Amino acid sequence: MPALPLDEAGKYVAAAYLVFLGLILVYVAIMAAKLARIDRELEELADVAEGRARPDRNGESRG
Amino acid sequence: MKVPSLRANAIAATLVLLAGFALVFFYAPLDTDQGFIQKIFYLHVPLAICALAGFIVGGLLAIAHLRTGDPRWDARSYVAIHLSIIFGVGVLITGSIWAHASWGKWWVWDEPTLVSFLIVFLLYATYYPLRYAIEDRDRQGRYASVFAITAGAFVPLNFIAVRMAESLVHPRVFATANGGLPGSMLLTFLVCLAGMALLWLVLVRFELAAKSASASLSRLRRALDGEPEIPAQGSRIAPGVPSSATSVS
Amino acid sequence: MTRPSSLAALRAILAKDLRVELRTLQSVPAMALFAVTTFVLFRYGLDRESLSGGLAAGVLLATVLFAAIIAINRLFVAEREEGGFDAIRLAPVDATALLGAKAAALVIYLVVLEAIAVPAFGLFFLDSWSGIPPLAAVLLLADLGLAATGVLISSIAANSRARDLLVPLILLPLLVPVMIAAAGASQELLAAGGPSYDGVLRWLAVLAFYDMTFAAVGFAVYDYLLED
Repeated sequence: MPALPLDEAGKYVAAAYLVFLGLILVYVAIMAAKLARIDRELEELADVAEGRARPDRNGESRG
Repeated sequence: MKVPSLRANAIAATLVLLAGFALVFFYAPLDTDQGFIQKIFYLHVPLAICALAGFIVGGLLAIAHLRTGDPRWDARSYVAIHLSIIFGVGVLITGSIWAHASWGKWWVWDEPTLVSFLIVFLLYATYYPLRYAIEDRDRQGRYASVFAITAGAFVPLNFIAVRMAESLVHPRVFATANGGLPGSMLLTFLVCLAGMALLWLVLVRFELAAKSASASLSRLRRALDGEPEIPAQGSRIAPGVPSSATSVS
Repeated sequence: MTRPSSLAALRAILAKDLRVELRTLQSVPAMALFAVTTFVLFRYGLDRESLSGGLAAGVLLATVLFAAIIAINRLFVAEREEGGFDAIRLAPVDATALLGAKAAALVIYLVVLEAIAVPAFGLFFLDSWSGIPPLAAVLLLADLGLAATGVLISSIAANSRARDLLVPLILLPLLVPVMIAAAGASQELLAAGGPSYDGVLRWLAVLAFYDMTFAAVGFAVYDYLLED
């Protein structure tokens, strides 16, 4: 069964695994920011596309 | 061959890696020499192996890029190397922690694997300034691929050289890493290695998907605005997955 | 096929480069001067008047390495400034002829450099010169390795911005195995009590393996560097 001595050794091991976790979380954060930006820009473009679709319904066709 | 979906990949990575870490703390026996510190081994070595394999994969993908000229291979090569560098940061930090716990110093020259890794890392760190220094996208990709191939060939050679240099002075300290492992430790190690490899794969595919989304976004923007804009892809050095309508599927 | 043979092209380019170097003397004298001055720096930096073993190997090889970078940085200056790359591309010649010619030129410059620097080193620091002849073999193999990777990286950097910065940045890690092997052999040959040949052959084998590997890589990828 797990022997978890909370002495010096434990702190080092914990630090190592935390570094690993930290790297992953930082990566996720960066990718989340990228995704948020993509999402935002897609929304803008969707607005533009809908804005253009509306005049079309009035009988104008876009060249 | 049907490639598992990104989601399946992610689930597999999570499960295997969690299982691996569970084995580390609940199943693997305590090492008689190093005690609890040895548990870092299950994190540090799989990270290192995946990073190095990742560099070599980056080189192989670069070969595909040069031979086909398809920029998607360049994107894949870039992402493989990029993620391996990130794993590399993890290797060096966990290696340093391990060194301090074992020998009281934050860096040791005795451990040939760590030293070789540092050299490889220093080399691959130049990948970004190299890409940044070449403005023409096409040439940038080609030259980056040449670099990736050269550096990929360098990895095994470097390990051999450093190992030879050290073995003359110091006996291999972590000889237990190569087959001296009792069965339970070996199993734990292999599961962690598999989990780490799956993680690497997931992150690579994740990043490629993000790039693809960015590129499609640019296409959309261009199509809607009718004229090419400053690409929203962002960074000049991160190759976008190409969005040309004639891209080969 | 009426293509001029790659070997003929290689000889032509090499001859051109050597002629230019003889006339303008822009690489080799700078390398030699750099090396000798660096030795003086080391004399004071290390506060030593005599060197042997690992220290001697380190000082000599590090100096040669940095001197080589001077030459490597200048390797494609003429091609870049006067459109030589285009000429090679247009000529029906293997790009590898350019690779071979530049590598050969670099080896020649390094050999000339070492012909000046090694005696200077011996004069300044060595008590006995008996290790020097076998050292020549080590240096030659190291030069081949320097040339193989040097030309490759110089080509990559030649068409980019900050090329003077990129070359040492990328090249130095790549040259670590050369340093390891050459130093490993040299420290035996320059040992205090006289040259020992312990393990030297093994290091020479590593150098040879390195040389072959990167020569092969260079030949395989060089066409892609020049296409445009």
